[in-house]
Amino acid sequence: MSDNLVEFNNISKFFGSVIALKDVTMHIKKGQIMCLLGDNGAGKSTLIKTLSGVHKPDEGEIIVEGKKTVFDSPRDALDMGIATVYQDLALVSLMSVTRNFFMGREPMKGFGPFKTFDVKKANSIASERMGQIGIDVRDPSQAVGTMSGGERQCLAISRAIYFGAKVLILDEPTSALGVHQASVVLKYIVKAASSGLGVILITHNVHHAYPVGNSFTILNRGKSMGTFNKKDLSREKLLGMMAGGEELDKLEVELKEIDRIVKN
Amino acid sequence: MSTKSKSIQNKSSDERLRKVSKLKVLLNRPELGALGGSILVFIFFGIIAGDTGMFSAYGTINFLEVSANLGIIAVAAALLMIGGEFDLSVGSMIGFAGICIAIPAIYWGWPLWMSILFAFSMAVLVGYANGILVVRTGLPSFIVTLAMLFILRGATLAITRLITGRTQVPGLRVLVEDDPIAWIFSADAFKFVFTWLGSLGLIELRQDGSPLATGIPASVIWWIAMTLFATWLLMKTRYGNWIFASGGDKLGARNVGVPVGRVKISLFIGTAVAATIYACVQVLDAGSADTMRGFLKELEAIVAAVVGGCLLTGGYGSAIGAAFGALIFGTVSMGIYYTDVDTDWFKVFLGVMMLIAVIFNNYIRRRVTENK
Repeated sequence: MSDNLVEFNNISKFFGSVIALKDVTMHIKKGQIMCLLGDNGAGKSTLIKTLSGVHKPDEGEIIVEGKKTVFDSPRDALDMGIATVYQDLALVSLMSVTRNFFMGREPMKGFGPFKTFDVKKANSIASERMGQIGIDVRDPSQAVGTMSGGERQCLAISRAIYFGAKVLILDEPTSALGVHQASVVLKYIVKAASSGLGVILITHNVHHAYPVGNSFTILNRGKSMGTFNKKDLSREKLLGMMAGGEELDKLEVELKEIDRIVKN
Repeated sequence: MSTKSKSIQNKSSDERLRKVSKLKVLLNRPELGALGGSILVFIFFGIIAGDTGMFSAYGTINFLEVSANLGIIAVAAALLMIGGEFDLSVGSMIGFAGICIAIPAIYWGWPLWMSILFAFSMAVLVGYANGILVVRTGLPSFIVTLAMLFILRGATLAITRLITGRTQVPGLRVLVEDDPIAWIFSADAFKFVFTWLGSLGLIELRQDGSPLATGIPASVIWWIAMTLFATWLLMKTRYGNWIFASGGDKLGARNVGVPVGRVKISLFIGTAVAATIYACVQVLDAGSADTMRGFLKELEAIVAAVVGGCLLTGGYGSAIGAAFGALIFGTVSMGIYYTDVDTDWFKVFLGVMMLIAVIFNNYIRRRVTENK
């Protein structure tokens, strides 16, 4: 048990009479990618917000590196090394790569009131970090708006890692990306995990989750349908377990029906 | 997509950098439009009015002074605009600050320096009120500061008439001479240079032999100093990065720990303080305060900032650009008197210039944010 970076035990969250989450349990180990799968409305967003300190859970406990913890704010979670990369990425497209990378945490030089933003150092760190993940930033002062979606995602992840994340929570990092871009991002996520981070990858795309995940938690209507190791789970079974597995079967039947009617 | 080619033969980033020409880098700077515009304006008046005295020492000081007055508030307005907000109450703040200086000094017998400090503390209050209202209510700053425009102008008029029975407060000139700090806003700089140039006969002289242009007005010094300071803030400090971030994407900035609210409030204080500097320069120079001082100046400041490359949506712009925007404004508004053109056409020019600037800026923004 001690190798768990973070444990979320029996987390529940209620909004008035609505049960958004009920008894969700997840354990994240070092170097592992835990995929959190669920259809729209399964409670993924609520869970992320609870994990990252935006919401306080109504029931259950959060244990960070063996110690029971309460997150009062996203800042608290961040200080404990739990960093969340939201879908909007918190990037400003008009600002340069460097200025985005260090937004809110600028490296400084000088003393007292004459402290200035160390642009040179920031530029070299940003270039170096982006270079490490295979993104060649010709000019770190170029605007983020000129980067592709995948590159932006990698920038946001790399920023979280640089600033000391131990657990990365990634919210749909591949949802808006094409096949090639998505694979670049997934590759980077695997690389990050292999360097010792714990990753929670939230997605509804089984095809993206299955190749990279070590374990899978499936969320349906606010409840966890269990956590499965990869070896106990085939891709087809995983697909079937996602909410909508049955519905897809039904859809197939219906489509055949329509097809038959059209042909007649 | 070609920018991300995996076959990078040369790892050296300098090698890659050379491909982007200096010109292209320059083209992406926000102040480019205003800089080019200034050059065009100077060429235009150089040809049309080159021999009329517009560019004599006296004439130059004249149009620089007009530019400087506007520049002082335009630079602060530009910072606020980059931070994603407007301040329409700047013009009213100028009138209000003028009265805050004049009434205590003339009617309550305060020393001038004390009433100047009083005006600045009122500016901080007004700026703070604007800022906290915008940040707390989440209403557009356009509406909040429009309300403040009327409140301040009305209060200025009402208070002045209540205390003095008039709308103008004259009689400050005598107080300026012995005051320990008033010179900061009213003294001419580099007088000796002008005297020397005059003695050499290089610049125009009055009948008594003193030069017609006595020195560089304090407002010009303020204008240059504020532009440099604002540019340093934007480019070289953490606070500057926060200004860009707050204007570029409020939520994103907040998510990574930028204190967006504090940044915006401080920027509102900045515009109010700049309006007060403007008021000090004007009131101490004219020797009287007028309740209508600064009328419509907020719009001129916005024109200068926009011509200077600030995006109306925030997150992009430059203080140097705004300073050049003010220079174009000042040069044309004075230069038009040296031509045969009816001065009524000035506003037409202003509107057209602003339209061109906005279209141009929009194009630049697309260049900067999209894959070229």
